[in-house]
Amino acid sequence: MLIKKPADIKSSDITDKKLYVNRRAFIQAATGTAVAAAATGILGSEAFLKASTPAQHGRKLEGIKKSSFSTDEKPNKWEDITTYNNYYEFGTDKDEPSMLARNFKTAPWTVTVDGECAKKGAMNLEDVLKGKTLEERIYRHRCVERWSMVIPWIGFPLSDFIKQCEPTSKAKYIEFTTLGDSKQMPGLRSPVLRWPYLEGLRMDEAMHPLTILVVGLYGEVLPNQDGAPLRLAVPWKYGFKHIKSIVKVRFVEKQPLNTWQDQAANEYGFYANVNPTVDHPRWSQATERRIGEFLMRKTLMFNGYGDQVASLYTGLDLRRNY
Amino acid sequence: MFITRVLKPIVFVASLGPVAWLVWAGLTGNLSANPLSDLTNETGVWTLRFLCATLAITPLRRLTGWNPLIKFRRMAGLFAFFYGTLHFLTYVIADRFAGLDFPNGIVAWTTVQNLAKSVGEDIYKRPFITVGFTAWSTMVPLAATSTAGMIRRLGGKRWNQLHRLVYGTVCLGVLHYWWLVKADVRRPYTYGAVVATLFLFRLLKGTGVGIRGAGSRILWRRAPLKSGESS
Repeated sequence: MLIKKPADIKSSDITDKKLYVNRRAFIQAATGTAVAAAATGILGSEAFLKASTPAQHGRKLEGIKKSSFSTDEKPNKWEDITTYNNYYEFGTDKDEPSMLARNFKTAPWTVTVDGECAKKGAMNLEDVLKGKTLEERIYRHRCVERWSMVIPWIGFPLSDFIKQCEPTSKAKYIEFTTLGDSKQMPGLRSPVLRWPYLEGLRMDEAMHPLTILVVGLYGEVLPNQDGAPLRLAVPWKYGFKHIKSIVKVRFVEKQPLNTWQDQAANEYGFYANVNPTVDHPRWSQATERRIGEFLMRKTLMFNGYGDQVASLYTGLDLRRNY
Repeated sequence: MFITRVLKPIVFVASLGPVAWLVWAGLTGNLSANPLSDLTNETGVWTLRFLCATLAITPLRRLTGWNPLIKFRRMAGLFAFFYGTLHFLTYVIADRFAGLDFPNGIVAWTTVQNLAKSVGEDIYKRPFITVGFTAWSTMVPLAATSTAGMIRRLGGKRWNQLHRLVYGTVCLGVLHYWWLVKADVRRPYTYGAVVATLFLFRLLKGTGVGIRGAGSRILWRRAPLKSGESS
C-alpha cells in the first residue's frame, strides 16, 4: 500500500511571521490613509474660498418700463448679485453657481404647460415672452438664511403668463419645476435635495401683481447663476420660493410639496412668507444682514410688502403655516 | 534641537496662515459678498481641523514611531482653542452685537447689557448654538492647564483624565457643524468619519485587537508615557 507522503510545504511558502503580524498594521494604516485621502478630497474643496468672478455682462434688454412697485432703496452691486447665489443645482457653496453655471445652455429653452388648463403643451421661451411688456422691479430679496439684497429684476407679471394658459376652475395652485439636467448641472450628482427642484404658489399669490417672472437683471439678460433664462420673484416670500430656470408649469388642485418642505418640513413650509415673528428652529428671523452692511436690519413683516399682500392671508394662522 | 528651533516655529507660523489669509482677504475684498459669514464659517472649520490634528498626533506617532511628534500636540490643541475663540468672538460681534438695538448710542452701558443678554438668550434658546458654545467651553480648562507648571500641579494622571475632555469637544464640534448645514451634510459627515477613525485607533489600542500582540511592537512602537501625556 502506497501512502503518499504529502508534499513538504516549502519554507518559502510559509508567511514570514513579521509580515504576517505586519498585515494587521498594514490594513490599519491603509484604512487610515484611505479615510484621510477621502477626507482631503471632500474637505479640500473648502480649504480656501475660491475667487469667484462676477457674471459677464449680457445683452441689453429693450423697452423696459419703470414700475411703481420698485423700492427706492439702493440696489446691491452686480458683483454681489452674481457671485453670492443659492443655486444647489450648481453646487451648495454660494460661489459655485458663478463658476459652474458659466456654460449653462439657456437657448433654445422650452417651458411645458400642463395640468388644469386649456392651453397645454410645450412653449418656446420666445412664445412665453411674446406680447409681454418688460418692467424693472427693484425688489427687496430676503433669504431664509438671514441675509438680504435689493435686486433690480427685469420681468413681467406672472399673471400675464397664467392668463395665456387659461387655467380651469380646478386650478387652485401652480407648481413650477426647475430643469434637472445632470450633464449641465453638477450639483444634481449628489442627492443633497430631491431633484428636480420644485416650488408652488396658491393661485391668488401667483396672480398677485407683485409676483413676476424674471428674465433680466440690471437691464440685461439674466446671468445663468441667477436662474436664467426664466425665474420667479415673489418679494414677500423667502428666497427659496423664487424658483430658477423654470422648465415646467403645472396647474393643480392640491397644494404642491415644494422641495425644501420635502427636505425639512419642520424648518421650511409651503408659504415661506417673510415673517420676523416666526423663527427658524436654528436662528431668529427678526433681523437680517443686508449684503454690504455690518449692522443688521429689522426684518419687516412680508418683507415690507404687507400693505399689498397681507389681505391674502386673513384668517390663516401664519405661525402654523410658515 | 532641530525640532524645537526650526520645525516648531515653522509649524507655528503655518498655523497662523488661515487667520492671516482671512484678514488679508477680508481687507482686500477677496471674501464673498457676505464676508462676515465667511469669517464665521472659516474660523469654525479651522477649529475642527486643528482638533482633528491634535487627535491625530498620538496615532500618527504610534504608526510612524516618530516620537517627537508629541512635541506638536500642545501647539495644535492651543491653535484649536485659538480658532475656536475667534469663531466665538466673530459670532458675538457679527451675529449678536450687529443685531442689537442701540437706544443710547453704541458706546453705552446698555449696549454691554443687551449684548450679554442677547448672547445668553441665544445660547439658552437654540440647541445648535448651545452645542457650539459647550464645545468651546470644554476647551477653556484644557487651554488653561496646558502649561508645564499646570501639568506638574495637577499630576500626570489627573491631567490626563481632564484632557480626555477633548473627545467631547470634537464630538460636539462635529454635531454643531452638522446642525448648521441646511441640506448638504457631506462635509460634516466627513469630519465625523475622520473623528471616528481617530477614535477607532484608540479603541483598538484599548481592546488590544491586533495591537497588543506581537504586532504592537511594530505598529505601536510605544514609548513609555511621560507624565502629562495622554493618548
